[in-house]
Amino acid sequence: MTSSQMPLLRIDQVAKSFGKTRAVDGVSLDIKENEFFALLGPSGCGKTTLLRMLAGFETLDGGKILISGKDISPLPPEKRPLNLMFQSYALFPHMSVRQNLNYGLEMERLPRKTIRRRVDETLASTDLTTLADRKPDQLSGGQKQRVALARALVKRPRVLLLDEPLGALDKKLRERMQLELKRLQHEAGITFIIVTHDQEEALVMADRMAILKDGKLLQAGTPEQIYEEPADRFVANFIGIMNFLDGEIDGTHTFVVDGSRHRVSVKHGPRKAVLAVRPEHVSITESADGLGVIITDVAYHGLDRVLHARTSSSGQALQLRLSAAEGQKYATGQAIKLAFNADKCRIY
Amino acid sequence: MHSGALTSRIILVLVFGFLYLPIAVLVALSFNESGLPTSWSGFSTKWYMSLAVNAEILHATWNTFVVAIFATLISTVLGTMLALGMEARRRKSNTLEALAFAPMVIPDIVLAVALLSLLSRLNITLGLHTIVLSHVIFDLAFVCSVVRARLKSFDYSLVEASRDLGASGWTSFWRITFPVILPAIIAGGLLAFTLSVDEFIIAFFTAGAGRSSITLPMQIYSMIRFGVTPEINALATLVMGLSATILLISQWLNREQKA
Repeated sequence: MTSSQMPLLRIDQVAKSFGKTRAVDGVSLDIKENEFFALLGPSGCGKTTLLRMLAGFETLDGGKILISGKDISPLPPEKRPLNLMFQSYALFPHMSVRQNLNYGLEMERLPRKTIRRRVDETLASTDLTTLADRKPDQLSGGQKQRVALARALVKRPRVLLLDEPLGALDKKLRERMQLELKRLQHEAGITFIIVTHDQEEALVMADRMAILKDGKLLQAGTPEQIYEEPADRFVANFIGIMNFLDGEIDGTHTFVVDGSRHRVSVKHGPRKAVLAVRPEHVSITESADGLGVIITDVAYHGLDRVLHARTSSSGQALQLRLSAAEGQKYATGQAIKLAFNADKCRIY
Repeated sequence: MHSGALTSRIILVLVFGFLYLPIAVLVALSFNESGLPTSWSGFSTKWYMSLAVNAEILHATWNTFVVAIFATLISTVLGTMLALGMEARRRKSNTLEALAFAPMVIPDIVLAVALLSLLSRLNITLGLHTIVLSHVIFDLAFVCSVVRARLKSFDYSLVEASRDLGASGWTSFWRITFPVILPAIIAGGLLAFTLSVDEFIIAFFTAGAGRSSITLPMQIYSMIRFGVTPEINALATLVMGLSATILLISQWLNREQKA
């Protein structure tokens, strides 16, 4: 493998158990230079443990962590070319904002002038210059978050690890900071690995993402790949909104539910199967072959209306997304027929 | 005022009166010109003046401070180390907890007799150094408990952040953990100091014979055998004033760092 093909960070068969719990169970991932990578999963899926292993706070039971081909797993945290932004921010309470930023550079024994210049630059790029002399307890949540980020960035790590960086912020601020993080990552040219349980956050920010569950890697890919082609039912359900319909495939590219037949790409059958389709790929049809449903609710979301419905005979719940104007034509209790975009349906 | 609130206020006044009336009387008498507990003949500081020229009292005061300062320094260092060590243990041991805190609840007289037997068995000459050693035993437990209380709310991710930013474990302790818990360490030390200054029984047993290593509480005790003199009132007032001041500082320090 030549150096240009080598990933910046390679996580190779990494495992970690706490007692009988396998927190991380043989996870392998390659993360490229300058990538914004998200580790996504429900709480307890092992994403934070994996991040802490990267930072050096948890030992590995098995596997390796390589940076540019060099195994860093035996190194203590202070010797690793990556920095962690803590979920709790972990700002030093007895130091000013500037002293918090100085700390990491003082540990590198850089000349005072260099420290001063780099801290000034970082303070400016994170919009903290005017707060440099404040103590952490004089800052708001959003300001603390920026200080924690600046303190890690000023070290110019190869990889910046972020543990639920926006978790403590309110929704408005979180959305602003998502874009701010992307901008900073782009400007600094540093690889970001972010841990989050918020799938929307991962979709918005990440270049690529990995979904973990019970310590296992379920799927890794771009947000589009994961949204459009979820590898299994768990991923499909975890990312975005997905309708699941129980039925069967009959071996002729056809999925049958409640006697209604729908063309799909999967051929093997006949067997029982689950059809997964996103609300935006469900449409209303006049065709007699459509799936008969009764509308149970019409929910207005501003830009669009979401129709909640139940299939007429088996009573399975599903929803579809229409434009606000289109959706206005329908009312609760109404019977309609549905068709699915065959290319977007997935069979599990 | 609501009658229930009035009742509880009266009870409060009675309780605090019960607690502090004797001390108030003591303080008042120490300023009584006549020196008699029966009549007030005017304000005077002459009993304080006579303390200042009493060689025995000055000597006992000196001894008390020597003992308290050394016992405080030693117990603060050891108590802090014990607290850090016990908090660092992942698995909590009830036996260890009990052993660390036993000196706080063991009756002084038991500790005093035990120490005296041990010291004489080892043929150690008694003196100020043995008082210091004995005071360290219970002071240490108090320092440890104050520092541990602070460590319970200490955010260990601060240490991880420090390591992450490139500091060794040693540097992280001195630059992060120590400054953050310092108010509690000082508070624990001040508490140890006041306990040492006031302590009578253990000092009495471990001071040895003769007057050379007598401390203030022992001095007061020996003076009181000939009746309560106005000088004792003045001395007791001073000791109390010192203890109260230090305790207040200690409490204030402990409150500061909770924020």
